Amino acid sequence: MKSPSVPRQIWVSVMTSPVYAGFPSPAQDEAMEQLDIEQLLVEHPSTTFFWRVEGCSMDGFGIHHGDYLVVDRAVPAADGSVVIAILNGGFVVKQLVRRRGVVVLRSAHPDYPEICVTEEQDLAIWGVVRWSVHRVPIGISR
Amino acid sequence: MGGGEMVCTSGANRNIALIDGNNFYVSCERVFNPLLWDRPVVVLSNNDGCAVARSNESKALGIKMGEPWFRLQDLAQRHGIVGLSSNYALYADMSQRMMRLLGNFSPFQEVYSIDECFLDLGVEPDATDVGQMMRREIADSLGLPVGVGIGPTKTLAKLANHVAKKRPEYSGVCNFNTMATDDLERLLAEIEVGEVWGVGPRGAEKLRAMGITSVLLLRRSDSSQMRKRFSMVMERTVQELKGVSCLSLEIVAPPRQQIQSSRSFGQAVYAQDELGEAVLTFLRRGVRRMRGQGLVAGAIHVFIQTNPFRERDPQYRQGITMPVPSPTSDELRLARIAVRGLSMIYKPGYAYHKAGVLLMELENSASRQGDLFADRQADGKSAALMDTLDAMRKRFGAEIIRMAGEGVRQRWAVRAANRTPRYTTRWAEIPTAFAC
Repeated sequence: MKSPSVPRQIWVSVMTSPVYAGFPSPAQDEAMEQLDIEQLLVEHPSTTFFWRVEGCSMDGFGIHHGDYLVVDRAVPAADGSVVIAILNGGFVVKQLVRRRGVVVLRSAHPDYPEICVTEEQDLAIWGVVRWSVHRVPIGISR
Repeated sequence: MGGGEMVCTSGANRNIALIDGNNFYVSCERVFNPLLWDRPVVVLSNNDGCAVARSNESKALGIKMGEPWFRLQDLAQRHGIVGLSSNYALYADMSQRMMRLLGNFSPFQEVYSIDECFLDLGVEPDATDVGQMMRREIADSLGLPVGVGIGPTKTLAKLANHVAKKRPEYSGVCNFNTMATDDLERLLAEIEVGEVWGVGPRGAEKLRAMGITSVLLLRRSDSSQMRKRFSMVMERTVQELKGVSCLSLEIVAPPRQQIQSSRSFGQAVYAQDELGEAVLTFLRRGVRRMRGQGLVAGAIHVFIQTNPFRERDPQYRQGITMPVPSPTSDELRLARIAVRGLSMIYKPGYAYHKAGVLLMELENSASRQGDLFADRQADGKSAALMDTLDAMRKRFGAEIIRMAGEGVRQRWAVRAANRTPRYTTRWAEIPTAFAC
């Protein structure tokens, strides 16, 4: 049996603070204030989920292929909301519009016509999109 | 009253609610996969062994809790049953969300298990309405169905929850407090005595032998007699069924400790196997400490890092917290989880300088309730094994027995052939919405 490369020092300490994880730092006692992007993007942490976009039908709303979406399920979908919807068993991102009692799912790209949701089509709203996070290319350095 | 050192108070006018997720694991899966909505689904235990959660459709097909998946193959083919590996990262995250939302309904919350909690709703006259609000909120905000039982005591709340689940006429909320005594007793007469929280299969058998077959008969029994024939636990149960509160909400969680075991290496370590050896060594030491205090761990944090003082070396530090599905002090089970954690954070090409293990969410092993999802027989066996190890180490020294993985290369493959993505805890696995 190969003996493990055991170091001589083993630290075993019991910590009573409710700190969950990580690396004891010398600055632990200092009040550390930082900007946290989550404070900006996530209003309701318990009901917020992140999604990824595939496809370009929502380009006109600034929602592009590969973007990250911040989706809140606690926000009720209103007329004009951009939503994650479940249509015929699949997840789509569309704008929800009610027009004369008819539910319409709109895209924002000339190649994608709007979808009038008929009664036999199964539509459910999963959540409301609050933010889209888009990665900007860094360009080519010469 | 039965007396003794029991402290009981009248539960009159109090609304204790027990809220639990219906088929919780399956429901979590369905939030992210509509194709599972109307199909029979089962979630399988670690290593894809047995059914630990079943959708209503699966229950209707007669699939039992704990039934081994290999025995269900024929049935699965015939009815298109979907068998999923457990996705504990998802269930733990959805559970936390659910508990936080339910916690908004009352400052007095006891999270009892991954999918259920007690809430003290006080003397609220419209507790049934509050129950319906909770159901709506959890359904709208998380997509999870829950059932609510309300009663003057925890035991009755638990029973009411059972009724809410079994009888659709209550629309998911059953409130014993608003029922006339006659109606309540008629209902309790129809419920098997074994359904009462804390009675257990053996207790139920003994009660039936005494002619106490229904909940009503147990409620009407003499509690001090029951203490003599059974135990104080049974006496308390009878009192609780009579509406006398003997079990208080454990709202204030006892101060949680964590046990850390880590070290810097004598020389840099590069390979995952070698890091694994170190992690297992720390784990064993931490577990030994934990067992000495009679605690079990509900989560493990594993971390690795390069030497921050060697500034010219590429730097990497990463940690991961892994939930322990049913909290345990079993070194082997914890080891498997720690190794899995390590494999998720390990990146080749770095000179690692330090690693460590934190045992977290520690609780007393004695006060833990029986875990519905734990494999009881295996638990008994591993407890016996661990006790033997403890005894041997005490006698011959801590280093006498180690896990093979600490020194010998080992493939720690966990079978999870059909695990769904960790939709809510991994950036690489978040769900996709189609814009086309």
